[in-house]
Amino acid sequence: MSEYSRPETEAEYEINFAQKKPLMSDSEAYYESSRCLFCYDAPCVEACPTGIDIPLFIKQINTKNITGSADTIFDANWMGNACGKVCPTGVLCEGACVHKHQDVPVIQIGRLQNYATRHAMDNNKKLFAPGVDNQRSVAIIGAGPAGIACACELRTLGYAVDIYEKRSKPSGLTVYGVAPYKITNQEVLDEIEYLQNQLKFNIQYNSSISSKEDIQSLEHKYDAIFIGVGIGATAALRLEGEDKNGVVGAVEFIEELRMNKHNTPVADNVVVIGGGNTAMDAASESARMGASKVSLVYRRDKSSMSAYDFEYKLAVGAGVDSIFNAQPIAILGDQKVDAVRFIKTKNNNGKLEYVPGSEFDIPCSMVIKATGQAKQKALFDMIDDLDIDARHRIVVNEQFQTSNRKYFAGGDAVNGGAEVVNAAYDGKMAAKGIDTWLNG
Amino acid sequence: MNIESNLAGIKSPNPFWLASAPPTNSGYQVMKAFDAGWGGAVWKTLGVPVINVSSRYGSINYRDTRMAGFNNIELITDRPLADNLKEIEEVKKYFPDHAIIASLMVESKAEWHQIIADVENAGADGIELNFGCPHGMCERGMGSAVGQEPEVLQTIVSWVKEVAKIPVITKLTPNISHIVDPGLAAVRGGTDAISLINTIKSIVGIDLDTYAPYPVVDGKGTNGGYCGPAVKPIALEMVKELAKHQEIQSTPISGIGGIENWRDVVEFLLLGASNVQVCTAVMHYGFGIVREMESGLRQFMQDKNYHSLDDFIGKALPNVTEWKHLNLKHKVVANINPDKCIGCDLCYIACDDGAHQAIKLDHTNGNRIPEIIDENCVGCNLCALVCPVEECITMEQRDNGKENITWDERTQAGTIPSTFDDDRAGGKHHFVPTVQDALKHWEQ
Repeated sequence: MSEYSRPETEAEYEINFAQKKPLMSDSEAYYESSRCLFCYDAPCVEACPTGIDIPLFIKQINTKNITGSADTIFDANWMGNACGKVCPTGVLCEGACVHKHQDVPVIQIGRLQNYATRHAMDNNKKLFAPGVDNQRSVAIIGAGPAGIACACELRTLGYAVDIYEKRSKPSGLTVYGVAPYKITNQEVLDEIEYLQNQLKFNIQYNSSISSKEDIQSLEHKYDAIFIGVGIGATAALRLEGEDKNGVVGAVEFIEELRMNKHNTPVADNVVVIGGGNTAMDAASESARMGASKVSLVYRRDKSSMSAYDFEYKLAVGAGVDSIFNAQPIAILGDQKVDAVRFIKTKNNNGKLEYVPGSEFDIPCSMVIKATGQAKQKALFDMIDDLDIDARHRIVVNEQFQTSNRKYFAGGDAVNGGAEVVNAAYDGKMAAKGIDTWLNG
Repeated sequence: MNIESNLAGIKSPNPFWLASAPPTNSGYQVMKAFDAGWGGAVWKTLGVPVINVSSRYGSINYRDTRMAGFNNIELITDRPLADNLKEIEEVKKYFPDHAIIASLMVESKAEWHQIIADVENAGADGIELNFGCPHGMCERGMGSAVGQEPEVLQTIVSWVKEVAKIPVITKLTPNISHIVDPGLAAVRGGTDAISLINTIKSIVGIDLDTYAPYPVVDGKGTNGGYCGPAVKPIALEMVKELAKHQEIQSTPISGIGGIENWRDVVEFLLLGASNVQVCTAVMHYGFGIVREMESGLRQFMQDKNYHSLDDFIGKALPNVTEWKHLNLKHKVVANINPDKCIGCDLCYIACDDGAHQAIKLDHTNGNRIPEIIDENCVGCNLCALVCPVEECITMEQRDNGKENITWDERTQAGTIPSTFDDDRAGGKHHFVPTVQDALKHWEQ
């Protein structure tokens, strides 16, 4: 049973969605940075998808060279500030911290990282400059973390960069899709503004690339094109009654929550279907929005969930009830959802089987589907000779170049859905790939 | 168990004294200290009162440890002598069995004789001659200016001894190349005891915006006196020098320098100090830290079955010898306990970059546990010192304990290296990587 009261004001919303990794005070950063052992060939660096020199930036914080620390971070990861807050650090850098082997609390690397980058942003420290203009230009489709990182890196190499973004805000899921207790909208937008002020890339908002003509125009105008479009809307369950009022997709629900905050309608009794991190977020968020009963239902057993354990625990801690081994078979109600009908499942040598006669209903007035997202197939089909794998992901080589040599790609569109940090890495590496190809 | 202390006839209920410094500036503080458990206090140096500056202390912070080293540019008392004497008298009424020592610093023989009579009248149990202050007062021919001139020091000690009816302690400065010289001068002048060390002449840091040394006084600074935990090793060595000296060793020593806990206290006593004086630790944590000192000292004495301080004062002295008398046949080799190792690999890089390339590390398959290369290990301890895990790297004895040959003996036997390329060089057959081996790291 959830214990959150329904937030009526923005202030109440911010209490219910209090930041999990709040900004460190100067003292906390100093003491925490003092604990870092400065490991040789440190395992935290190995565990970071962008390979940030973590012991160095922590030492720089400790010696009050905080601007230098931010430089170390951004040098490896253009989304360094957001990643400090939204990365699943417990399974990445902090999960590798050697302190865990002697039962000493691991270094709070994420919060230290955020402390350093926030210092640079808040004090408008100038860390970057565009490279000498090389008379070449690149188009980027999508202003998510992959696209932004690609743009930043290309600008340092002297390319002109135009980003085409279909929405009205930059940074993709970092602002539209990450749970609100991980990072605030303002902090996400501040980082993009900070980068954009120094590196001067263009972002054209509300500019969807949605026709063959759009594609041809880009191909005509630019030397290379980077695709950083992520993944699409919540996929349909293909379930009886799925069209009833009160049935929403998790991605769409979270986006509305990020934009409308406490004004987002959430029913009193919510069923969330799925076992991934998005399902955990949606369930936890429903509880924090004041739903008195939130049921998280997953068709397999607990250990089969793709969600991180800490995300599951976060949802349970927010008051979410979990039900395993239950598959939805119908959504009940007239116009509006009244209940979801499930059938129990069992695992028969890896094959999921229904338990005959085990149907049961969970009454609810809202259903959040978190069972996967559709891919951006329509766009991909418009691009000539673009290889797509069986799971509708763009196929790239080590340089992040696609089968159509003019196109490069990275982020969720390539990996099918991973972390902000992975997208930031892809974007940066793709920029290097573009540079190598154009100068090859 | 008895932890009473007796320094040249000055008795105190325990060996924990406050050094002459800001914590003993007033009767109020000394009363609080005695009530908290301190056995004695050396009053903030009396003399012609000074005028102090504002901004007086600076410190060295090591990572999250504040005041690992501390310096000050404060001078002797800036309060009138009469006020101090009155307070000494009052405190003695409340604490007749505790030791109050009057630290003194004046210039002329007449002044010395006058102030000694004054403090004796006030009820002081002893006198400490401040020949140590390395800042301010020395510019006026006092403090360390005296301590650095053994002849002058000896003369002043003899002036004092002409009239003093209570024991006299001579406090020495470490700002000298050979501590035995002033030590001998004090003994020859007739001192009853010696205390050391006073603070070390220091600049504790520079303000990187104003380019002035800390503590900054209106854009400028001056050298201060350095003390705190960082100076303990220097103090221990100097205490040992005096405690082992034939002509000085019968003169009791009061040990001073970076003492903060019971271990420090016991170490000073083991090297020959009869009691200790503390300042910086009190300036950091207050008088309450004496409880930890007393508890630890008592536990140590109980564990070792000692009944009084005399049972172990000076007990480490026979083991402090000259390098030339160390056993060249003794051999220790590092051992890493793989069950305790957390894989920080600091031992590896410390040994490879900073010592003798005796640890190998293979990161393949996620391994992070380094291995000691026994034949390369010279037993230097560096890996064990940098290891952040308690008892993970230990130094294990490899010699059979039966052989003993020293540099001194080899010199006498004529078997020491004597030419630049002598085959008997200690490292002659020891493993050293080739210059080209460094290139392998570039490739990685």
